[in-house]
Amino acid sequence: MCASVSCESDYDEKKLIIRFETTRLDSRRPLVEARRANVIRIYENILNNSNKKRIALAGGYAAAEALRQVEPDVMAVYPITPQTTIIETFAKYKADGETETELIEVESEHSAMSACVGSSAAGARTVTATSSQGLAYMHEVLYIASGMRLPILMVVSARALSAPLNIHGDHSDVMGARDAGWIQIFSENAQEIYDNTIIGMKLAEKTKLPVMAIMDGFNTSHCVENLDLLQDAQVRSFVGEFSPERHLLDPENPVTFGPVALQNSYFEFKVQQEEAMEKSKAVYLEVAKEFERLTGRKKDFFESYELEDAESVIVLAGSTAGTTKDVVDALRREGRKVGLLKINLFRPFPVEEILVALKNAKNIAIMERVISPGTFPPIYNDIVAGLYQQVTGEKKNIQSIVYSLGGRDIFAKDIQKIFADLETEKVTKNIKYIGLNKA
Amino acid sequence: MNKELTKNFASGHSACAGCAFPTIVRTILAESPDPVVVSNATGCLEVTSTLYPYTAWKNSYIHSAFENASATISGVERAYKALAKKGKMKKKIKFVVFGGDGGTYDIGLQSLSGALERGHDFLYVVYDNGGYMNTGNQRSSATPYGAATETTPDGKESFGKVEMRKNLMEIVNAHHIKYAAQANVAYLADLKKKAKKAFETEGPVFLSVFSPCTNNWKFPTSQYVAIAKLATETNFWPLYEIEDGKYKINWSTENPKPIEEFLKTQGRFKHLFSEKNKGVIPEMQRILNDEWNRLAEKNNLHSV
Repeated sequence: MCASVSCESDYDEKKLIIRFETTRLDSRRPLVEARRANVIRIYENILNNSNKKRIALAGGYAAAEALRQVEPDVMAVYPITPQTTIIETFAKYKADGETETELIEVESEHSAMSACVGSSAAGARTVTATSSQGLAYMHEVLYIASGMRLPILMVVSARALSAPLNIHGDHSDVMGARDAGWIQIFSENAQEIYDNTIIGMKLAEKTKLPVMAIMDGFNTSHCVENLDLLQDAQVRSFVGEFSPERHLLDPENPVTFGPVALQNSYFEFKVQQEEAMEKSKAVYLEVAKEFERLTGRKKDFFESYELEDAESVIVLAGSTAGTTKDVVDALRREGRKVGLLKINLFRPFPVEEILVALKNAKNIAIMERVISPGTFPPIYNDIVAGLYQQVTGEKKNIQSIVYSLGGRDIFAKDIQKIFADLETEKVTKNIKYIGLNKA
Repeated sequence: MNKELTKNFASGHSACAGCAFPTIVRTILAESPDPVVVSNATGCLEVTSTLYPYTAWKNSYIHSAFENASATISGVERAYKALAKKGKMKKKIKFVVFGGDGGTYDIGLQSLSGALERGHDFLYVVYDNGGYMNTGNQRSSATPYGAATETTPDGKESFGKVEMRKNLMEIVNAHHIKYAAQANVAYLADLKKKAKKAFETEGPVFLSVFSPCTNNWKFPTSQYVAIAKLATETNFWPLYEIEDGKYKINWSTENPKPIEEFLKTQGRFKHLFSEKNKGVIPEMQRILNDEWNRLAEKNNLHSV
């Protein structure tokens, strides 16, 4: 009789192999059986606890790890700072035989997204990653991906746009793509970009809509943080198999992708896309719930941090939530009613739910890492439009804030000042620029 | 219509009477031993074959945008490889791109270059009608010297396009691909042979096919084959192959017809016969002779 149990964790440094063999039946068998049962129990404990495995990774590496675990068939790669760590890490996985994914080393981001469109239309699970100019260069094809209802997943290390050239973090690139028909999920830290990459893949394939999982360039992509990783098998079973109804590689059922649709049909295509986007909110919650069951990590449209009775509230998306939470904690200890609403799902925009969460807020600062020359930045516009539509409710004072463009630091003292201004109702109708050098 | 002929590209498309590309598409795809997936650049072929809710394509087809047909097929081809590796894809499939000269020589050149360099297993076909015909006849880098287009019109101080055509075959050849050929819709047996060879060759392959445009070259719809034939007989459009870097001219004559024979059949060259532009045609003949001599030299170098 021969029995063998082996357990290999996913990471070399903690490689654990338990091997147990008997070659003959003899009087010691009950003892052997007992030992084996014991070993299996240990093995199961390791397995069960493995989703608690903590590891320190920068956001880019965390995203690359999640991308490996969702097992894409095809990944198109083109370098751009600060996304490059993702594709480099993935290329190394490939070089070491740790992934079967076909890498296409394209000659531009335009071709990266174009190759993704071809691959996804061919029925393959398809991913890519980009930043900044790369996302801007893809812009045309973003609309084609969503218009063809292709479930492409793209990780974005959000970065400023030229000119002048700046490689550091802000949200100019992803906000510029907000009407491209992609689901957009923001992440606060390495853990969240890891989680959102996995959630994004499943969400894309369930909704037939492309998904951007977004982290802040450098602030998150290059910041080493502790995070919990899932096992490969857990991720595999969470995302499941990708099997689209129609694809290009089925000669018995030929299909035409990307036809001409003129005045008599184009409009309907676009409205159907909007309907799918609207429906994707419920799907996001379903997927988030399932993810929570697997990991214990709660995911929602947004995170309410000390929001219930908060009168002065900051609304923002991305990595500045971390600093803001620290400030909220400190001010709460002083008995001040402050809170944070951190946006996770930005497209589709869950405006009704956000308004409910803000119902007790009197003074609100909406902080954005993007400038929209000639108007207010996007989150402000979306929330204020929603408030205007509301029939009931008290008037709220809302301050639009633009901060951290091109990677400009923001400090706890800046956030404290913003809360102090809210509390004293120093709220203006104009945009406030935080951290701007005085001329 | 002949069922075999229309097995990939059906009748009922809305291309102009006297347009060459339906013949080009059918002739080439008929040579594929396997089912094909077509990626098509934006252009006449695309808009006349896929007007929703209709499609002329009986094989699977994708149109993404103008400049990215090669990148799109790169994705399709790699998806095929990935799925085949996992045992999800058993059948053989061929991958073909069709693009006009605008989508190939100009806006799609980078995408084409990238796909050739990466070595995807696909056939790229440019149907070359020497300009942006779908948008109403503007000049491309494939427009011939002296041709009048909407953006290079004949005028008091202009005789039409002043630049020479881009030599795309040389650019393609610089990617070390195994097979590239220039063909002409008027020589179908030659086109068939080249398509067959292209499908038999692994890796990226390229066909450049002469495709007269009745609307914007301004000739009667019945004349597209006759005009195409003159293009080769005047050495304006030589038929040749580059196989593993070796050149082979497929058709030649000791006494090529003068270029006027080709020019006088088309409205786009009409202005060249005026007194004002009298120097242009001799210059065109000189350019043509130079190009032919360069090509002939390459052919001779390797024909020993």
